[in-house]
Amino acid sequence: MSTRLSKGGRLIDRSAAVEFTFNGKRLRGFKGDTLAASLLANDQMLVGRSFKYHRARGIVASGAEEPNALMNMGAGARLEPNQRATTTETFDGLSAQSQNHWPSLDFDVGVINNAFSRFLPGGFYYKTFIHPRFAWKHVFEPFIRKSAGLGKAPTEMDADRYEQAYAFCDVLVAGGGIAGLQAALAAASGGARVMVLEQAPHWGGRAPVDGDVIEGIPAEAWVKNTVETLEKMPNVTMRSRCMVAGVYDHSYVLAEDRVADHTPGDGRPKKRLWRIRATRIVAATGALERPLSFAGNDIPGVMLASAVRDYVVNWAVSPGDRTVVVTNNDDAYRTAIALKEAGLAVPCIVDARAQADGALPTKARAMGIRIETGKAIAKVKGGKRVTGVALCMQAGEGAALEEISCDVVAMSGGWSPVVHLWSHCGGKLIWDAAAAMFRPDAARPPISHDGLAMVYPAGAANGALHADAALQDAAKAGAAAAGADPIAAAQAEPRDEAPLEPIWVMPQGAGVKLRAKMWLDYQNDVKVSDVQLAAREGYESVEHTKRYTTLGMATDQGKLSNINGLAVLANALNAEIPNVGTTTFRPPYTPVTLGALAGEARGEIFQPLRRTPMHAWHEAHGAYFEPVGLWRRPYCYTRGGENHAQSVEREILNTRGNVGMLDASTLGKLIVKGPDAGRFLDMLYTNVMSNLGIGKCRYGLMCNENGFLSDDGVVVRLAEDTWLCHTTTGGAERIHAHMEDWLQCEWWDWQVYTANVTEEYAQIAVAGPKSRALLEKLGGMDVSAETLPFMTFAEGTLAGLPVRVYRISFSGELSYEIAVPASHGLALWDKLVAAGADLGVQPYGTEAMHVMRAEKGFIMIGDETDGTVVPQDLNLGWAISKKKADYLGKRGQERSYLSSPDRWKLAGFETLDGSVIPDGAYILAQGVNANGQGNTQGRVTSTYYSPTLKKGIAMGLIKGGMDRLGEVVEFTKIGGAPVKARIVDPVFYDKEGARNNG
Amino acid sequence: MADPVSTIVSAPVSAAVSALGNPSFEGFASIREIGPLGMITLRVKPDVPGLAEALQALGLTLPEMRRIVVGGDRAAGWMGPDEYLLVVPYAEVSAAVARLSDSLKGQHHLVADVSDARAVFRISGAKADQVLRKLCPADLDRLEPGELRRTRAAQVAAAFWHQDDGFTLVCFRSVAGYVMGLLQNAAQPGSELW
Repeated sequence: MSTRLSKGGRLIDRSAAVEFTFNGKRLRGFKGDTLAASLLANDQMLVGRSFKYHRARGIVASGAEEPNALMNMGAGARLEPNQRATTTETFDGLSAQSQNHWPSLDFDVGVINNAFSRFLPGGFYYKTFIHPRFAWKHVFEPFIRKSAGLGKAPTEMDADRYEQAYAFCDVLVAGGGIAGLQAALAAASGGARVMVLEQAPHWGGRAPVDGDVIEGIPAEAWVKNTVETLEKMPNVTMRSRCMVAGVYDHSYVLAEDRVADHTPGDGRPKKRLWRIRATRIVAATGALERPLSFAGNDIPGVMLASAVRDYVVNWAVSPGDRTVVVTNNDDAYRTAIALKEAGLAVPCIVDARAQADGALPTKARAMGIRIETGKAIAKVKGGKRVTGVALCMQAGEGAALEEISCDVVAMSGGWSPVVHLWSHCGGKLIWDAAAAMFRPDAARPPISHDGLAMVYPAGAANGALHADAALQDAAKAGAAAAGADPIAAAQAEPRDEAPLEPIWVMPQGAGVKLRAKMWLDYQNDVKVSDVQLAAREGYESVEHTKRYTTLGMATDQGKLSNINGLAVLANALNAEIPNVGTTTFRPPYTPVTLGALAGEARGEIFQPLRRTPMHAWHEAHGAYFEPVGLWRRPYCYTRGGENHAQSVEREILNTRGNVGMLDASTLGKLIVKGPDAGRFLDMLYTNVMSNLGIGKCRYGLMCNENGFLSDDGVVVRLAEDTWLCHTTTGGAERIHAHMEDWLQCEWWDWQVYTANVTEEYAQIAVAGPKSRALLEKLGGMDVSAETLPFMTFAEGTLAGLPVRVYRISFSGELSYEIAVPASHGLALWDKLVAAGADLGVQPYGTEAMHVMRAEKGFIMIGDETDGTVVPQDLNLGWAISKKKADYLGKRGQERSYLSSPDRWKLAGFETLDGSVIPDGAYILAQGVNANGQGNTQGRVTSTYYSPTLKKGIAMGLIKGGMDRLGEVVEFTKIGGAPVKARIVDPVFYDKEGARNNG
Repeated sequence: MADPVSTIVSAPVSAAVSALGNPSFEGFASIREIGPLGMITLRVKPDVPGLAEALQALGLTLPEMRRIVVGGDRAAGWMGPDEYLLVVPYAEVSAAVARLSDSLKGQHHLVADVSDARAVFRISGAKADQVLRKLCPADLDRLEPGELRRTRAAQVAAAFWHQDDGFTLVCFRSVAGYVMGLLQNAAQPGSELW
């Protein structure tokens, strides 16, 4: 029986009872409880099933290291799987479900795996992959799928909010135990900006439970005073419930702040991810107790000795009436003493060491507790709960000497410093043989940008397990991290403890039957025998053994199992522990919820949506949007019962027959100005821009240094020293950066300034035979053919709005592009729509634009180009200056491969049957290649149904290009016979360009 | 040689509209889209003769590196080694562009009206800084008096400076809705950092 004690509990408020449910059962706890404490207070030791064998699992620990007590918390939109009961605060209305059981926690069908455990040895997964071949797919995989799995993935959208926040500090102290607080005092004393983060809701760590005395007062009082002192310091920020999850390069730290985990639905963010730029980090992360490996050490009721003590002292919970303590060190005696002081029975302390004469054993003896030295646990009795233990000699093979009935076994195999934060960025460890632990090697710290150590371990995390040493160590670490003068550390009463004796298997001579019941990894069911098997099968590297056996690969990432596992491996390999080494510690320290990592980026603000000034109009008028970069552009505007293809067809026919309007605001607009601007543009574009007349427009191509076509657009000359370059929608920022790159890094002495004014102007293309009539209706400036010929521009007003009108055409029709300050974009659009009503004006979308340009044989960056195409491939030689000495890409284009006549070149294609060639189709060639695949001689780049010509049209790249006019070739068609098409001129419509003039 | 880059400039304030139409939100800080403001990008080297005087003529003071000098409804900010952000009343922007171009005639420079390319927000209240701490990787504690901080707000470029009882934040017009959403979300009551 586990139950609530009538007195004590330093963290609970007995006046504040809370109600919660576990697997539907209504239970009561107190404010200040962890869920694990509340469950134990309600005699709920059994909390889950293991991953592989579905063995009964009980609460083992009291903190972040807990491998077993994982819960599905909440339900529906607040369901959160794999939450550790030991770090979850109990609140009113909490609901928790145990995991990995079917049909119920008490009766689990999967436990049958247990009976067949000899068929599921270490490396089981790998073996199933290999032999026999059919078995993985048909036998093992379905079986493992059914039996495996922990939490349930939520199916509803998360009802909670999450956010992120940035912070900066000189010293970040991870851990708010006595070492962390002492380090913070030392670091802050010199004025450094200090942040102290503690994962638990309370400060002080283990010292108050262990009964330390600091500066002559109980640790708890010292902690309270120190926290108050630190909170009053203006240069110190303290946050509890905030776990440092990871340390990254240059002292970047991520921390998970559990803001409202314990108060769901109160409107606050459930969690907040802190992104902290620290200069130095103090890792005061404490130490974790290690289990001992004895047969049956996974039976519910077998717990860490420190956890048993925590439950009694912190939450006044008795894990059981009769506790047998088993240990290899003095510290575990504190548990026996605490239990005894709480009025509970400790029938025996089983100490594997030959002697136990230190202060704590002496005190325990004086309290009348029986101590058996040189003894071990031969076996734990019980199924779903411990009922007793059999004792044996540690030196022997496990012959039972006697049986002791008990309902809890409190075990302690010594302590392992929490070296995770030290190790995340490459801090190295040394094996401390005397203390049997890996601790940070001060000579090999993780290094920051300045070549100095970026993490300073402090206290137990640095192997200073006792309060007096920990405080000394932490004061030094804090001052060193801050570069401050040292301060005197608080003095703790020294502890008089005898050294531990490393015990990796209990008893040392245990036979295979016992070793197969000694659990290392409780969650993933990895036993001593599995690691030994891996060693026998040739796995020498700890990293390989980990993956082969799955040791330490569960959600707890081996916090309890790693050291024991590698010690077993070292023994099996007859190697020294430091030679076997540890697996790699990677962030996060404990799992961080995806919500916190996503932060505010969900729903409407998942990602920036760029809107033109007319965006709302498009939304209100049936626009079907397509993403273009972060913009949403109308693909088409649907009317009535039209499908999208019908809308596109209508928009094209209306533009060609009457007049259409396109929102072209997203086009990049870059001003280039200065005495060297002309020279600069001549280098950037393949053709000459310096001789463009003021008031004129010219189409230009831009290539990268390799010669590949990168962007295109219309360049206009605004003034003697000023040009305006239009880029593609996706190219605006990229080309602006490209320009600045060349100006800042290569041609820094050229006098050229650029400005990206893309968003300053809304731009509207008005295209179609009635476009001039429409502009004339608005009035304000002369847009006649005489005043405003093709490829010129003029500034003036239309409908009273200030505009610049370009006579340029991407549709082949008489066309104007009108730029207007963005704040007037919608006003101009509205006026065009109103004035154009009787001319039949209709807006058209990007797809109509695409089809119309294809009908005219105009290329599109991203369709005809893919980063491997040079302008010459696209028959754009006319836009490449032969006169210029140089331009970006010129030399690249002269390379033999790029100037080869064998390159695939642009041509038009018309299917013989009028059908549309499938997107992405290849042009078939004779024979097969070395891989037995059919040869190709080209591919389609743009393919559409042309409503104007009433048939399929396409552009594509084909070997030989336009030299092969008239030939019939075959395009691939998935799921059908190849499509026959004739090679034609890619200008399908209005070859002479008469329509440009209306 | 130094004509203004365009004669089509932002029109009188009565007709122009800001990106969002000036919505506001009351959370633990107040969020308001303001504007439109007259904004000019001036690209010029700081040592160009007559630059300080040219700005002075517009009621502006040439700022030091990473600083903005705010005076009433005008401001001049340092955006880079050869770039300034000038703020003037929206109605005056075309005159200011013309005047600036005139006074820098003969010197290598670029003046562009960017009033309509931007959206401007005021974040005010005692905890206004916390809104920015959630969105901008900028060290607010080390923000110096008169500092213009170019940074990002979540996923987009932004710049801000301290003004009156809060901050003025500038971003691109096309993402005004996104930034309003961010600010509103960050200022939700109950989500104060401390």
